[in-house]
Amino acid sequence: MTTSALRKWSWAHKWSSIICTLFMLMLCITGLPLIFHDEIDELLHDQVAAAVVPEGTPPANLDRVVASAVAAMPGQVPHFLIWDRDDPNAMLVSVGKTIDANPADNRIVRVDAHTGSYLDAPDVTGRFTYIMLKLHSDMFADLPGKLFLGLMGILFCVAIISGVVVYAPSMRKQKFGVYRAERPRVVRWLDLHNLAGILLVMWTLVVGFTGVINTWADLVLKMWRSGQLAEMTAQYRDRTLPAHPTPVQEAAEVAAKAVPGMLPSFIAFPGTIFSSKSHYTVFMRGDTPVTSRLLKPALIDAETGKLTDSRNMPWYVTTLFVSQPLHFGDYGGMPLKIIWALLDMMTIIVLGTGVYLWLRRRKPGESAAREAVGAAAAVNHPLLS
Amino acid sequence: MIPARARRLTVRQIFAWPAVIAVLSTIGLLSALLGDGIWDGVSWIVLAIPVVLYCGFVRRGS
Repeated sequence: MTTSALRKWSWAHKWSSIICTLFMLMLCITGLPLIFHDEIDELLHDQVAAAVVPEGTPPANLDRVVASAVAAMPGQVPHFLIWDRDDPNAMLVSVGKTIDANPADNRIVRVDAHTGSYLDAPDVTGRFTYIMLKLHSDMFADLPGKLFLGLMGILFCVAIISGVVVYAPSMRKQKFGVYRAERPRVVRWLDLHNLAGILLVMWTLVVGFTGVINTWADLVLKMWRSGQLAEMTAQYRDRTLPAHPTPVQEAAEVAAKAVPGMLPSFIAFPGTIFSSKSHYTVFMRGDTPVTSRLLKPALIDAETGKLTDSRNMPWYVTTLFVSQPLHFGDYGGMPLKIIWALLDMMTIIVLGTGVYLWLRRRKPGESAAREAVGAAAAVNHPLLS
Repeated sequence: MIPARARRLTVRQIFAWPAVIAVLSTIGLLSALLGDGIWDGVSWIVLAIPVVLYCGFVRRGS
């Protein structure tokens, strides 16, 4: 590579890193407890357990499940009925003040999936995991916060790729895996930075970029609503909320017949953001690690109880759904979560040593120290390496 | 024989091991996603490699 090209890559590595590092440190630190958010919630907060029932016990009627939730939350209306992925004995009902209220403010009510009785509806907004999640996903700044962090994520990916390029001149005289413990701190930390960075390339790129995709989730779902959902419900646009809607149990059964081999994930009630005014949208999912993340909507007319349409979701929604587990690391049991945490901590090392190396960059009159750090110079002064 | 310190590595030599690790990481990231059971195990082992190598190299150097 020519020195001028290398100089450009060094510039890219330096500036992309400088801009994103503080935010990336925040994301790595808040992301660490989020890997274990279920375990932390369980430890810190009591939860009414659903009855453990023998296998084959029939599930409760869904209308009874919804009625129990609404009875516990007077004045609220059901938006979504959700099958709890982690606990087959519980169902979740998301309720809002009105049917067109912002679902971000909804309360989640837990109901026993077999007896249909109310369990609890904890306010999660003060929880440690909630605060970490808000900091991690939007820094309490909603969509602008998300998009800003997405931009930092893109810079992080630029820093990784340019980092790989400047790794080469740094390592021309060193064996892979070198750690020069006897040298000054700046050399040692450069070795720690280079080694962790190069070992983590693929993982940080994947977790970084899937994180960026997640920051676009609101936009992706908005696009789906105004695209495919609008198309599927176009001819029902002028309808109003049905006075006597079909029972939700019946809608679920019609959907299960229409989409055989799939399991229900959640049902959006008529008038909510994921349905039309006069449809239930029953979102079905597969049962393998990947297909369980992918949803297939079945629209059930809430006036007649009949299926009106069911399609696979478009590629941009599928991309979002597949990118989620790759970001969260929640798809391979507890051992994978622990590995995710260790890799996250190594990323913190890369960021921390990177800041140090930048602060220790060449200062006038420091040529002796600089000579010892020939490799670090590649980043700031490629010609000196 | 050229002394090891003076020998310059080629780009291919510099990136041989990093490339192997990147391929292994990709396998690890995908295996638990596409399969269950044994594929989870493949994912754990392969994704743990960077952590093990890091600790190993730093220890060896110290």
